[in-house]
Amino acid sequence: MGEAIAFYFIAACILGFAVLVISTKDTVHSVLFLVLDFLFVAALYVLLGAAFLAAIQILVYAGGIVVLYLFVVMLVNLKRPPEAHSDPHRQTRLGFGMAAAVIVELGAVALYSTGKPVVPLASAATAAIPVSGNTEQVGWLLYTSYLIPFEIASMLLLVAMIGAIVLAKREL
Amino acid sequence: MVDTLVIPILKILIVLNATLVAVTYMVLLERKVIAWAQSRLGPMRVGPYGILQPVADAVKLMIKEDITPTRADKWVFTAAPIISMVPALIVYAVIPFGPEVNLFGRRVTLFITDVNVGLLYIVSVASVGVYGIILAGYASNSKFPLLASLRASAQLISYEVAVTLTLVSVILMAGSLSMVSIVRAQESSHLWYAFVQPLAFGIFVIGSLAETNRAPFDMPEAEQELTGGFHTEYSGMRFALFFLAEYANMIVVSSVATTLFLGGWLRPFPSVAILSVLDVVPSWTWFLIKSFLFLYFFIWIRATLPRYRYDQLMRLGWKVLIPLAIANLVVTGIVKVVLL
Repeated sequence: MGEAIAFYFIAACILGFAVLVISTKDTVHSVLFLVLDFLFVAALYVLLGAAFLAAIQILVYAGGIVVLYLFVVMLVNLKRPPEAHSDPHRQTRLGFGMAAAVIVELGAVALYSTGKPVVPLASAATAAIPVSGNTEQVGWLLYTSYLIPFEIASMLLLVAMIGAIVLAKREL
Repeated sequence: MVDTLVIPILKILIVLNATLVAVTYMVLLERKVIAWAQSRLGPMRVGPYGILQPVADAVKLMIKEDITPTRADKWVFTAAPIISMVPALIVYAVIPFGPEVNLFGRRVTLFITDVNVGLLYIVSVASVGVYGIILAGYASNSKFPLLASLRASAQLISYEVAVTLTLVSVILMAGSLSMVSIVRAQESSHLWYAFVQPLAFGIFVIGSLAETNRAPFDMPEAEQELTGGFHTEYSGMRFALFFLAEYANMIVVSSVATTLFLGGWLRPFPSVAILSVLDVVPSWTWFLIKSFLFLYFFIWIRATLPRYRYDQLMRLGWKVLIPLAIANLVVTGIVKVVLL
């Protein structure tokens, strides 16, 4: 009961702040609402018992990435309104299209999963883990079952970093 | 009921109040020590030897006029001091002041909680504190605070990397992220980690000076260049919150350094049996003494060293401390794998 109340409260906050992020006029306020949103996502992780993930969520997203957003927002002059596009309904149509795509996707997942026995993914994965403790379990899974996706992700980040350096530095 | 509700709330109240009192007296200590370093007397008027000066300061700050500049971003301007104060206080939730002790016939742990990811919690909460400084500079809508807050956030982000890397090598040694387990690991290895990881300890000390905006890295509040730094437009209690947050952060890094590198609540030479007379002293006293020495060191540095130039600061952070921290981490990993 208490857990359900906490979940619905956190979920409502996440959705509410997400709406505020895209509806606020002031860019810095919008970035701030994004931080609040990330903090509530971290709270959701805590509720799920994933303390490690929650700490990393705050450290990387709320504490690292959004600080860089703020830097950019403060250094770039955003007082000038964006130039109006020739087609005023472009954003509306794009929005409806994307929303429809997400709904179709969710529907497909729901259709696919009905009639199948519910297998709690987490317990299936943790059954074979010889270590206890949240951090240890995440580490174990990363370096056994998910080694290749993990390495691919790190390669992707390395490529992005080199690309950013090449773009930012005119002459090397 | 008593164990799950009353004792934790009591512990939280005691820790919060003790921190706030300690913070106000840190200000007095700093003024006194710097005065002695410069052959002055320091505050002498309020109370004997000026020991009631913090009370007078608190009263003064509370009855001062609280000004919000007309062009300021009001909500953010109000939120910024709160954002910098709150992380500095909630960090104390995982700092272990001592082990389990018998108190009035009950087993009481001398820490508020011991979570599995304690050290990570400290690092992530501290990283949120940066927002207070950035937003204060932005919301003031004034040139010097904005420049100062950009400097400050660049400095904090840069040194956070080096400091976090040294923490990783400590985690490698202890094999745990929990603060209590790290102290226990030092107890069972009969060594403070300051002796096993001297390089990491050095980088942590330098980095924590920069992380708390202390001299010689007090660039964000360089009066000569930036009038007053990021809090130029703040007055009264809101200015006091920034000030208190800075000192609370100093106490936090001292406690973290004590826990990670100086054996936390353990007495000196925890494995030498002859010195077991020292066990008469309660364990939390050792913790407080070590933290106090660290805080004194902070003030001592401020009285001794001139301020760095901004480019020197960045060069030291990125070209010296971070490579050293990475090298230290790699060597620690290799030694750990080869020897154990």
